[in-house]
Amino acid sequence: MVDSSLINICNVVKKYHKNTVLKDINLTIGSGECVVILGHNGAGKTTLMKLMLGLVNPTEGTVNILGFDPAKDRKKLLTKGLGYLPERVAFYESMTGMEVLLFFAKLKSETLEVCDDLLDSVGLYEARNRPIRTYSKGMKQRLGLAQALLGDPQFLLLDEPTTGLDPVLRQEVYALINKKCQQGKTVIISSHSLKEVEAQADRVVIMDEGEIVANGSLQELYEEAKLPVTIEFSLAPEHNKSLVDKLDYLVETVCWINDSKLKIECEVKNKIHVIQLMMEQGHLIDDLDIKMPKLDDVYRYFIKENKALVGEP
Amino acid sequence: MRAVAVLAIKELQDGLRNRWVISIIILLGSFALLLLLLSSAPNGTVKVSPLSIGVVNLSSLSVYLLPLIALMLAFDALVGEFERGTMLLLLTYPVTRWQIVVGKFSGHLFILMLALVLGYGGAALISIWHSGSSVGWENYLSMMLSSLLLGSLFLLIGYLISAIASERSVAIAIAIACWLCFVVLYDLALLGVLLAADEQLITTEVFKLLMLVNPTDLYRMFNLSIMADSIGVNHIAGSINAQQVTLTELIVSFFMWFVSLLSLVIWVFQRREV
Repeated sequence: MVDSSLINICNVVKKYHKNTVLKDINLTIGSGECVVILGHNGAGKTTLMKLMLGLVNPTEGTVNILGFDPAKDRKKLLTKGLGYLPERVAFYESMTGMEVLLFFAKLKSETLEVCDDLLDSVGLYEARNRPIRTYSKGMKQRLGLAQALLGDPQFLLLDEPTTGLDPVLRQEVYALINKKCQQGKTVIISSHSLKEVEAQADRVVIMDEGEIVANGSLQELYEEAKLPVTIEFSLAPEHNKSLVDKLDYLVETVCWINDSKLKIECEVKNKIHVIQLMMEQGHLIDDLDIKMPKLDDVYRYFIKENKALVGEP
Repeated sequence: MRAVAVLAIKELQDGLRNRWVISIIILLGSFALLLLLLSSAPNGTVKVSPLSIGVVNLSSLSVYLLPLIALMLAFDALVGEFERGTMLLLLTYPVTRWQIVVGKFSGHLFILMLALVLGYGGAALISIWHSGSSVGWENYLSMMLSSLLLGSLFLLIGYLISAIASERSVAIAIAIACWLCFVVLYDLALLGVLLAADEQLITTEVFKLLMLVNPTDLYRMFNLSIMADSIGVNHIAGSINAQQVTLTELIVSFFMWFVSLLSLVIWVFQRREV
């Protein structure tokens, strides 16, 4: 069970002039959790992260991270071990990769050896003496990740960590994040790339127009959204079609794709019962394909629900 | 202090890397050498050392050049990092905002000091070797020190502009306007007011105060006061020099300028959200 006192955000509102970018945010994150914040561009993800870092102050409400108010005790909080990768990471272009990392390492009282190891772990060791201006976007992103990991922080905030990376590098970055999660670090990832983060998340927070519209484990969100699972049965030609009618109380929709292919949609919790019933009724099943709802579907569901709630088309 | 030192060293390295340091050294050194060698010309008849004449000539040049160099060094220091996105990352490290200001400022001040020592100092050594006379070296040294102080105030003015401005293009425009106001227009306006107003309105005390509130006039008065015995004065600041502005008053004014500007930069920077 996680300790619930790592991050406490209570009734936070953030306004820039008349524009409200965060509306009544309440969020608690315990240590060792890997939380993924999902949302469109402009949903408020980055502002929420900046609040946690003390870079912007809330207009209303309180933020407490590791026992500190980030706006007042930023230095104490950052000394405690916090790593951040911004959405658009930028470095001093005339410095080399090693110089940049060493500069940040000194601010965290880290050593040259740590920099070597980190550059190696993100695959930049060979390019360490090249100026940043010669780095590709992906290389800069990896250097950004390396600086976020300086000082082995307890708490990692990664804003769109795989932007600009090719699929192989994305896998490597997520493997690195997984490793950190397994070491018991708290990781918060902001993303709009849903498919990638599905495997990482202990918990998913969905944001829309400055509000948290869903917050829970993937399982909880699937259950809350009540999205149907699709099961496609390939049946033998001699099966008895009328038997399918007896499934009615368990399924939402039944349709025949062709003479031998039956498509059934039902609640996630009923999928086993449906299959069992089909077997018991003597259907001659050649094959079956189960399509679980994806995080994309859950995300779309909650965003749509929120839009309906606020009366948007 | 460690964070301040790390930031200062980085600024110095940046200055060396992007050729700022070498450019300023060459610029200051060439001007100083040229003026000192030209100052050797009247040496034979009036028996004044080239260094002594050089102080007057160089301080007249420095009052235009150093504020411009300092503003160009500093205008980008904060707003440039905000614009490029590097400030966002820096602020997520265990370093306070006053440490960022003091660290970066120390680095820039060191660049200015290095340029003055190597540029003006190097030119003075060549002049001494050329003329064989080192008379007036104390005044020359005071002029170098006061030039550094003048530079430090304009660095801080540049930092203030950088903390306030929303983008670099705005910052550079404000910096040039500031240079024009402090260095050129202020004295012209003061001279105009002096000529137009009667003596009751602009009393000696008011005039003295008006001179003390401009850092460039502080510099002029300081250098003219140290040279008062040997060289005639030829600037508006010379007239106030006769009004008994003491060295203490000049130092107190400089100190007040320095502290208020530094505090203001830190205060404005602390209130700025990323």
